[in-house]
Amino acid sequence: MIPTRSARRHTLALLSAALMALNIRAAHAADAPLSVVASFSILADIAREVGGPDVKVDTLVGPDGDAHSYEPTPQDAKRLSTARVLVVNGLDFEAWLPRLTQSSGFKGQTIVASTGVTPRPFESGHDEDDHDHGEADGHDHDHDKAGAEVHGHGHAAGHAHGAHDHGSNDPHAWQDLRNGMRYARNIAEGFAAADPAHAAAYKARAAAYEDRLQALNTRITSQFAAIPAAQRKVVTSHDAFGYFGQAYGITFIAPVGMSTDAEPSAADMARLIGQVKRDNIRAVFVENISSPRLVEQIARETGARTGGTLYSDALSKPGQPAATYLGMFEWNAKQLVNALQP
Amino acid sequence: MTLYDLVAAPFIDFGFMRRALAGATALAFGAAPLGVFLVLRRMSLMGDAMAHAILPGVAAGFLLSGLSLTAMMIGGALTGLAVSLLAGAVARLTPLREDASFAAFYLISLGLGVLLVSVRGSNMDLLHVLFGTVLGLGDDALMLVTVCASLTLIILATVYRLLVAECLDPGFLRASGGGGSFVHMVFLTLVVMNLVAGFQVLGTLMVVGMMMLPAAAARFWARSAGGQIALACAVGVCSAVVGLLISYHLNVTASPAIILSAGAAYLISVVGGPHGGLVYLARRAKPPAGSAWPPTGEYK
Repeated sequence: MIPTRSARRHTLALLSAALMALNIRAAHAADAPLSVVASFSILADIAREVGGPDVKVDTLVGPDGDAHSYEPTPQDAKRLSTARVLVVNGLDFEAWLPRLTQSSGFKGQTIVASTGVTPRPFESGHDEDDHDHGEADGHDHDHDKAGAEVHGHGHAAGHAHGAHDHGSNDPHAWQDLRNGMRYARNIAEGFAAADPAHAAAYKARAAAYEDRLQALNTRITSQFAAIPAAQRKVVTSHDAFGYFGQAYGITFIAPVGMSTDAEPSAADMARLIGQVKRDNIRAVFVENISSPRLVEQIARETGARTGGTLYSDALSKPGQPAATYLGMFEWNAKQLVNALQP
Repeated sequence: MTLYDLVAAPFIDFGFMRRALAGATALAFGAAPLGVFLVLRRMSLMGDAMAHAILPGVAAGFLLSGLSLTAMMIGGALTGLAVSLLAGAVARLTPLREDASFAAFYLISLGLGVLLVSVRGSNMDLLHVLFGTVLGLGDDALMLVTVCASLTLIILATVYRLLVAECLDPGFLRASGGGGSFVHMVFLTLVVMNLVAGFQVLGTLMVVGMMMLPAAAARFWARSAGGQIALACAVGVCSAVVGLLISYHLNVTASPAIILSAGAAYLISVVGGPHGGLVYLARRAKPPAGSAWPPTGEYK
């Protein structure tokens, strides 16, 4: 009897060991990180913050890439077809994405990060300033020319210069940290729905991340508040900072009638210099009017400061200052505060 | 619009216009005389060739010490000189003509340059730094181009007689005891110096255009080399003024406007120039042949 019993016990032990092993494997399967694809680098960074070790995030448009006019590759379709969650910005930012999701046969869950954000309508154009000039002589604004091209410039992030193809709402909602917090919350909810086992972890990480964003937001707000409102004027060729300007009371003025790609004419230079002088603009952030020397000349002639690189639509490569969403925001704010400070 | 608004106001109101005019004037005084000699020596395409020849040196300077203007200038000057000296040496030692050996060496140089640039990856930045723009001239850029022009004029004045002699009758100079290759090298050095400095300050188009177009135009108006040089400088300065005003009033890019103004001066000269212009040739064809100038078919 005793041996039998012990044999039985052995069997049971073995069985339970086997079961436990199975359990562990099952648990491992559940622990296999949630496969996530994010449409561009900023969303990928937020998704990584929220997902932590529980997700594996792939990015379609990587650092320094231009998500406005992206050509998806077959690799992207393959990655998307095996992903369980897709994170997109929404607000018609990724115009190329619907076709990709269809062709890749993606069957997972899509998180629209900007859900619930109050969209900011695009201003009717940058032409408003024209009435000030005596010579609004049909110099056509070249913003449209640039939009469609893929910009391969290595320098600044893949900011889109020129018109975007998207609709009437400004999609660059992440340029307001409060919207960034909402992004984090939306992504956490989406992750929780796709992977309920780790729902609590996602929510906790999102909350911690939101706290960090909130802290930065408070700091930046007070920094800008220290600068008199009338001085918070910047000329920039980026049209991605509408939300940023709205959040911190900064007026971003587009360089009138200046294409960012072609070499400007003397008339363009004269107009921009006149604009800077007339509107008492403190800083000029125009990186790619063909040469940094032109911006230096504008600064020399107007007394405005030239700013550094601003990152708008993409993060920089790892190791550079704007490699994360928080880092990017801090960098941009620092550049602007430095340039605007009396 | 008054004449003041049309001509003076842009330069009075805007510093960048004054700087552009100063830079272009300096360039005209440095490069146009060299262009006259290039035309005389039938080496008019050399400016273009040299523009490519300096690329590997600039790229090497960039690879060694990043975006340092000094390093890139030294590198560009070195390769430019090397190419011109090698081409000159081959032309003197072998039956191959100078234009052919120039073409060979500048293509080798260009290939090397493109290769070096691609090693580093981003050529966008390099090209932006390499090629200046006439509307963005800083103090150092102006200083560079004016010093360069002054040096060129002083050295040209020193070796003027030898240079003219060498252009018109290289055999004579060689036969009467040397000086020929020395003058030739001095001249090539001046060309390279002007090109390298000019690229960084004003861009390729501006330098090569300012070098050749006024010189080619002046050929139709003056007979002596000295007269051509003076005229070429004047044409260069006038095209700078006209081109900048066109760029200002008609909203077009500045350096092409300046170069096209010089091009217009050239075309007018081709038609109306008293020394071999088309009108002159047509009028001369009517009266009985054998009269006066030119004695040979020098002007074609």
